Amino acid sequence: MDSLDHFLSMGGYARFVWPAYALAVIVLAGFAIEGVVTYRKNRRELDAVEKKRR
Amino acid sequence: MLRLANPNRFMQWSGKLLPWCAIATVILLGVGTYMALFVAPPDYQQGESVRIMYIHVPSAMMSTFVYAVMAVSSAVALIWRHPVADIAARESAPLGAGFTLLCLVTGSLWGKPMWGAWWVWDARLTSELVLFFLYLGYIALVNAFDEPTRGARAGAILALVGVINLPIIKFSVDWWNTLHQPESIFRLGGPTIAPSMLWPLLIMVLGFAAFFVTLLLLRMRSALMAAKLRAIRLQQIEAA
Repeated sequence: MDSLDHFLSMGGYARFVWPAYALAVIVLAGFAIEGVVTYRKNRRELDAVEKKRR
Repeated sequence: MLRLANPNRFMQWSGKLLPWCAIATVILLGVGTYMALFVAPPDYQQGESVRIMYIHVPSAMMSTFVYAVMAVSSAVALIWRHPVADIAARESAPLGAGFTLLCLVTGSLWGKPMWGAWWVWDARLTSELVLFFLYLGYIALVNAFDEPTRGARAGAILALVGVINLPIIKFSVDWWNTLHQPESIFRLGGPTIAPSMLWPLLIMVLGFAAFFVTLLLLRMRSALMAAKLRAIRLQQIEAA
């Protein structure tokens, strides 16, 4: 457990290092999720409209 | 180039490329994060706080790279009136703003323990903040017009004027006295950073770049589908 404690404490810089990584995850995951959700929504709507036209 | 940029052609090749870009992104960011947190050594002066670099430097590089992509797309859209170039510029902007925000905040989190200040008004930091406002201004301007083509033209002109900021960011650490450290990777005479830190950093940079390409393709495909949807609905209204 000592090594885990050592890792999490980041040599005393935990309160600077972890927020930096957390924000990176939030920004990148946010873009990825929003991108996929919008893509699927547009795909669905476009497929529905094109089906009706045929 | 112009052939590949035809909207239908774009949908074809981007659909094939997208899954590979996504896979590359996941692998690069996975390996990069592992190396940044577990393999890379602590710095002899900065200790473990140096691990912020593996987020800060890639997001800083992407913040200016994405702006360059946006400016080139804007120029192509202005000169050839190309709809796909226009969409490329428009969909790059939020991603660039995200990278710039990440760069500014992680820089702040790194600056506090190393310089003793969250923020200083020096040339590098100020020009990067200006870049952030350029992105926000571009996004606001493009969406400010009822007619999308007019918004796109106004945005394109703003994006091109803002290019002047890129060399200012790049050379700010040489032109002015600054707290920010000078270039340590892309310099004459080779990198001054140790290989044990350079490798994880390069993998993270590639991971961020792959992420940008993946998301840009995804967002452009979304935007093209939305445009097609609008056109079909407009036809239906006119036919009715």
